[in-house]
Amino acid sequence: MALQAALDAPPIDAGCCSIGGLAAPASRAAVTGADPHAYVAVGEDGIARLDAVVETLDCPSCVPSIEGVLGRLDGVLAARVNAGQRRIHLEWDPADVDLDRILAALDGLGHRIAAYDAARLGGREIDEVGRALLRALAVAGFAFANVMLVSVAVWAGLAQDMGPGTRAFLHWVSALVALPAIVYAGRPFFRSALAALRAGTSNMDVPIAIGVSLATAMSLLETTRNGPHVYFDAALGLLFFLLIGRFLDRSLRRRAFAAAQNLLALRAVSAVVIGHDRRTEVRAIEAVRPGDVVAVAAGETVPVDGRVTAGRSDIDAALVTGESLPQAVAPGAVVHAGTVNLTAPIEVETAAAGSGTLLAEIAAMMDRAGQAKARYVRLADRISRIYAPVIHALAFAAFVGWMALGGADWRQALMIAVAVLIVTCPCALGLAVPAVQVGAVGRLLKRGAYVKSGDALERLARADTVVFDKTGTLTLGRPRLEGIDGESVGGDPGELIALAASLARRSTHPLARALVAAAGDGPAADGVREEPGCGLEAEISGVRVRLGRRDWVGAAATAAPHAGPEIWLRRGEDPAVRLRFADAPRPDAAEVVAGLKARGLRVLLLSGDRRAVVDELADSLGIAERRADCLPGDKIAVLNRLAAEGRRVAMVGDGLNDAPALAAAFVSLSPATAADVSQTAADVVFRGDALAPLLEAVDVARKADALVRQNVCLALAYNVVAVPLAMAGLVTPLIAAVVMSASSLVVTGNALRVQRRG
Amino acid sequence: MVALVYLIPAALLLGGFGLVCFLWALRTGQFEDLDGAAYRALHDAHDDRFKDDGKG
Repeated sequence: MALQAALDAPPIDAGCCSIGGLAAPASRAAVTGADPHAYVAVGEDGIARLDAVVETLDCPSCVPSIEGVLGRLDGVLAARVNAGQRRIHLEWDPADVDLDRILAALDGLGHRIAAYDAARLGGREIDEVGRALLRALAVAGFAFANVMLVSVAVWAGLAQDMGPGTRAFLHWVSALVALPAIVYAGRPFFRSALAALRAGTSNMDVPIAIGVSLATAMSLLETTRNGPHVYFDAALGLLFFLLIGRFLDRSLRRRAFAAAQNLLALRAVSAVVIGHDRRTEVRAIEAVRPGDVVAVAAGETVPVDGRVTAGRSDIDAALVTGESLPQAVAPGAVVHAGTVNLTAPIEVETAAAGSGTLLAEIAAMMDRAGQAKARYVRLADRISRIYAPVIHALAFAAFVGWMALGGADWRQALMIAVAVLIVTCPCALGLAVPAVQVGAVGRLLKRGAYVKSGDALERLARADTVVFDKTGTLTLGRPRLEGIDGESVGGDPGELIALAASLARRSTHPLARALVAAAGDGPAADGVREEPGCGLEAEISGVRVRLGRRDWVGAAATAAPHAGPEIWLRRGEDPAVRLRFADAPRPDAAEVVAGLKARGLRVLLLSGDRRAVVDELADSLGIAERRADCLPGDKIAVLNRLAAEGRRVAMVGDGLNDAPALAAAFVSLSPATAADVSQTAADVVFRGDALAPLLEAVDVARKADALVRQNVCLALAYNVVAVPLAMAGLVTPLIAAVVMSASSLVVTGNALRVQRRG
Repeated sequence: MVALVYLIPAALLLGGFGLVCFLWALRTGQFEDLDGAAYRALHDAHDDRFKDDGKG
């Protein structure tokens, strides 16, 4: 989470283009998330392999530079970056080079990696379904182009006295190319349609399968009878455009899925397990068993639920409860996974798994909440439910109509019915939605917002209420020095802060770090002793200086209470002064809240933190409705009440205590610094310190929604024109092909508008 | 019209060759990471800036 990142981030983030940059010797600096050593797999061939996420790929030369530098290291056998998924696959010979050397090289380029368990997160396996779609697409495209080649000749010939013999020859050539192609490229649709029919239902693929099969069969029949019209090119064109739509849809899902998996890797946890012989071993969290004793160093995230067995320290539970003040712990205290150990190393005995643990409770709440979300039906599915029966009815009506009223023989009537089926081509519909959504998701990805699915976009566009969590969501989750109160004999504020900072530079406590950040550069005092749970003490110029808790420092209890964290400084016997901190709101939080309200959204703030802190923040950001001291159950209760009023709520949260609410909301968003579980529950994850990606996501979602509706209207409008023509028997293969292609191109062109601003 | 007898097979053969090449490229995984492929194309092979100096 944010604290962890602040504590572990390397001093300079210059990007891959830092030449001869600060190559920190400690490999720890090149890592976020779990210790990569826990995920190295050594195969039977003696080759070590590792998969990791590289989130810092920000410029085009990152890929060749990483691969170039790592490739030149002796012993590195493979260093392959997948820029689309933002992952790297490493293979090396442990005899020639070790992981630390590789990490040092990466750090020299300014990159950080987060290792993961390839078996758990997948990603390197071949996307079989996607490849099958591409193969079908390639075959359909090849056949479509070549058959069209021949068809144009036939159409031109029909206008210019082409002899029936030549025409028959050309039709046979078309048939020869088209038949195997249709059988191969149509498989995804035939399979899906058969499955639906066997289950007794109908889906979008049933009319497509029927249309294509009938068109092919009739065209073959016409070819043998030397008839004038065949529809091979139309059938192939239908398959071609639909496969494009299907492939786009799938690649969108894959990309979103990979992004979501990457986020899990970024928050992956490893634990240092202490064995009976006091030897330590780094293990992935999945390998830790109840009863194992885990060592948690100062500044690290506690990886397990458990009881402290040794050590005294302070724990920051903001991620779990939203509480902004750290709590002291000693042997016997209960700690939760996801909290941060601040002051001193502790040892935690892992709790037995059971329904009583906090994580299990939260998981159970999430399951119950998630049921409701599954009922949302995508727009595309809603359309296809009406679509299939309607075209079947129209085609049947055309067939019967022509047979009974038009006096045509069954072959002609069937041809006309087939023309109706083909021309009500769902290719525009098949493309309309994915084309827009792929563009929208891609645009948001560049702005730092990962959207997990197309229907998340639809839901975000429809949201009319936004509920915010406080700590880590509206605020950065990092404290900031606000001010210094109290007078000290002969000292001005700047000098006092410098004095306090000289002690604070020796500590990793977040308040100490915030103080150092505010004070700037300076010396660190010698002989500083840290007392866990109390503060820092040192002798400066013969005078004892203490920095820490009020009662330990020895301050009088007269100061007005302050809502946020505070520490006290006392030099010798002088009166103590107070240093006030606050969890700073995100830089653009107020503007984003105003922007959301300007867009007609109602904004609420729910937090697990105390009343005073919540009120202060809500007032400064302009949020009128707020509630403090919320338990996870309280947040869900509020969401349910809003849902009962008919409101569609977008929940924005980050902590473990928000995960059930994120699962229960209509649409949910969370920052990339959020807990594992929350990110998995959220529909959209946004990176960086600013809240602006949230606003942008809402805008792009609304624009995408508008474009999708336009596209659907265009597709339907085209149908309204084409179907009567088809039913009247006026649609020749030429017209069918032209009209299908034109509608698909118009829909795709319109979808590109999602990329433009405004 | 006799020309059609060899022109059409010729067109199909050329197109078929293109198709086969595409399928081969697909099978060897060249379409897995289109962004990375674009970035690698920008790489200047004679660039010595990122040379690793010092072993071990």
